[in-house]
Amino acid sequence: MDFDLILRVFPYFLQAAVVTIELSVYSTAFGLICGALGTYARLSRHKLLRAVGTAYVSVIRGTPALIQLFILYFGGPQIGIQLDAFEAGVIGLGVNIGAYMTETMRGAIVAVDKGQTEAARTLGLSRSQAMRKVVLPQAARLMIRPLGVNINAQIKGTALVAAISVVELTYTAQRYIGSTYKPFEMFLLAGALYMVIIYVVGLGITFLDGKVALR
Amino acid sequence: MGLDFAVVPEYLDRLLLGSAWTIGITLAAAALSFFGGILFAVIALYAPAVIRWPFKTFAWLFMGTPLLLQLFLIYFGLIQIGIDLPAVVAGIIGLGLHFAVYNSDIIQAGIRAVDKGQYEAGRTLGLSQAQTIRKIIVPQAVRAVVPPIGNNMIALLKDSALVSVIGVTELTLSSQLAISKTFRPFEFYLAAAACYYVINLALEAGLHRIERRIQVAR
Amino acid sequence: MTDQPFVDIRHAAKSYGSLEVLHDISLRVNKGEIVAIIGPSGSGKSTLLRAINDLDPLTSGEVWLEDTQVNEALPYRLYEKHINKVRQDIGMVFQHFNLFPHLTVRGNITLAPKMLKGISDAEANILAEEQLDRVGLLERIDYYPSQLSGGQKQRVAIARALAMKPKVMLFDEATSALDPELVEEVNLVMKQLAEEHMTMIIVTHEMKFAESVCDRVVFMDGGYVVEEGSPDVVFRNPVHERTRNFLRKHLQG
Repeated sequence: MDFDLILRVFPYFLQAAVVTIELSVYSTAFGLICGALGTYARLSRHKLLRAVGTAYVSVIRGTPALIQLFILYFGGPQIGIQLDAFEAGVIGLGVNIGAYMTETMRGAIVAVDKGQTEAARTLGLSRSQAMRKVVLPQAARLMIRPLGVNINAQIKGTALVAAISVVELTYTAQRYIGSTYKPFEMFLLAGALYMVIIYVVGLGITFLDGKVALR
Repeated sequence: MGLDFAVVPEYLDRLLLGSAWTIGITLAAAALSFFGGILFAVIALYAPAVIRWPFKTFAWLFMGTPLLLQLFLIYFGLIQIGIDLPAVVAGIIGLGLHFAVYNSDIIQAGIRAVDKGQYEAGRTLGLSQAQTIRKIIVPQAVRAVVPPIGNNMIALLKDSALVSVIGVTELTLSSQLAISKTFRPFEFYLAAAACYYVINLALEAGLHRIERRIQVAR
Repeated sequence: MTDQPFVDIRHAAKSYGSLEVLHDISLRVNKGEIVAIIGPSGSGKSTLLRAINDLDPLTSGEVWLEDTQVNEALPYRLYEKHINKVRQDIGMVFQHFNLFPHLTVRGNITLAPKMLKGISDAEANILAEEQLDRVGLLERIDYYPSQLSGGQKQRVAIARALAMKPKVMLFDEATSALDPELVEEVNLVMKQLAEEHMTMIIVTHEMKFAESVCDRVVFMDGGYVVEEGSPDVVFRNPVHERTRNFLRKHLQG
């Protein structure tokens, strides 16, 4: 193990880790928006909207994230969408994780006992009131942990943007493997930084989960 | 520059060949990840500590880092220790190991969920611990976890696109090669996406059939 | 019957930490004898039964089957070889059947004979058919356990144990998990085994069955054998107050 080398390249990896964090945060936020919209569409009473939601989930989950990213970044300009690699990464990864989050959120909502809606409707609440006041608060509790799993996957998923040359952790590791011929050291260094990020996010999720569970 | 899908059929044979490679890589890696997952699960639950702990560290490392990073490690790492494998083999090993770790997690839970009475019944008949694990516990655990393992195989199919980065000419790299000649990324990536989508549907249908067939034996 | 005991439990004791569940119990069972062990739950009767094939190892004491010590102290590897051999001679039937759900009835019965006795598929099939016929379930040979009723499951479990040609059969509350209307079919199979002079040790809650089938009844309470003797004596004229109390609760109704 070449510790001198690790110390020398460490600052560059740290910078790259910042990019990975930014990508994770932005794409997760974008993914949550996509997920919420997707869930709304999937549970809508309008047939067309439901079909759109179903198609979104099916197509995104049925094709590789890498291809989606390539279509957006390399193919985008052909249809008038000009994005830099980082922007494409945030949007592409966000749209991708959004489809998985749609299933997570929808699953949580469906898991809330049907009797809850019936009870609320019996009291005279409208469909949307019942959803907002009775079902969603309960579903929110159920979805935190599985959404945490989605986010955990997303942090590792940001590595894909290395393929469109965003200088984040995996790209940096790849570059230094090429120039130092020390694949193991570079893997451990980048891997350790990923794990730190995932660990911290995990703590946050657990905290959030505990807070919601108290109510 | 507008869209022109007319160029796609010209390269259809390459896309189909790439699809065949993608299917082959996926199946090989899926098999590796399935049997590897069983092996890892048995190690994690039953092996002596000297074997269990290094393995658990490895599993922890592989679950906490991106697949792409692992592919780089395996591809370049093997070369560095003097094993110059074709990229496709390195890719299959990388995909297989990555998903074996995830499958192992699922199978461990499945093994823990097998009723203790099953173990006792096996031992009562005179089967050894190893025989009981092999013939009674693992087969039941695997049946119980077919749905989540199936999901992993579907994820594996899509993640197989990553091996294009280490130079395996599967579906993704095949479409990239077509793009480098035609400069039509949108059309070819979309075509590739369509191919993946179809393969994905077929895989899902296949997994569904397997699930149905084992339903009765549970 | 001979005077030489067939199953011989000598000074069996077992404790979990400071909790003693078996206190110095000795019990001898002759060849062909049918012994019922009765007692309230927590009396240690199942623990004693499970000690006979060393499923629940004793803290001290010995268990012998003919001239083999079942719980012989051996180094791990040797012990494993030894116990797997001994267990082939001791059939056991569990309260919750413990059939292997991933195998058909045939697979359940033939698994151990094929693996441990090295018999061919054809021989194993004949064996399975014989044993299933014995419990009256031949037509269910290709069913999975999930397709059987509780009583049928337990009869298959008995056939599975019999297929190893055991010298003794242990029954651990074999009918306790069954719906009342399914108990009788299992009892019939056990009666039939009794008529064939199979050596049996039966832990049960069913006093009527114990009285009609068994040669000897052992009443346990709090980890002690309180009383043992012929069914006539134990059920009709128990000596001990504790036995009387227990029977009063369990014989009425």
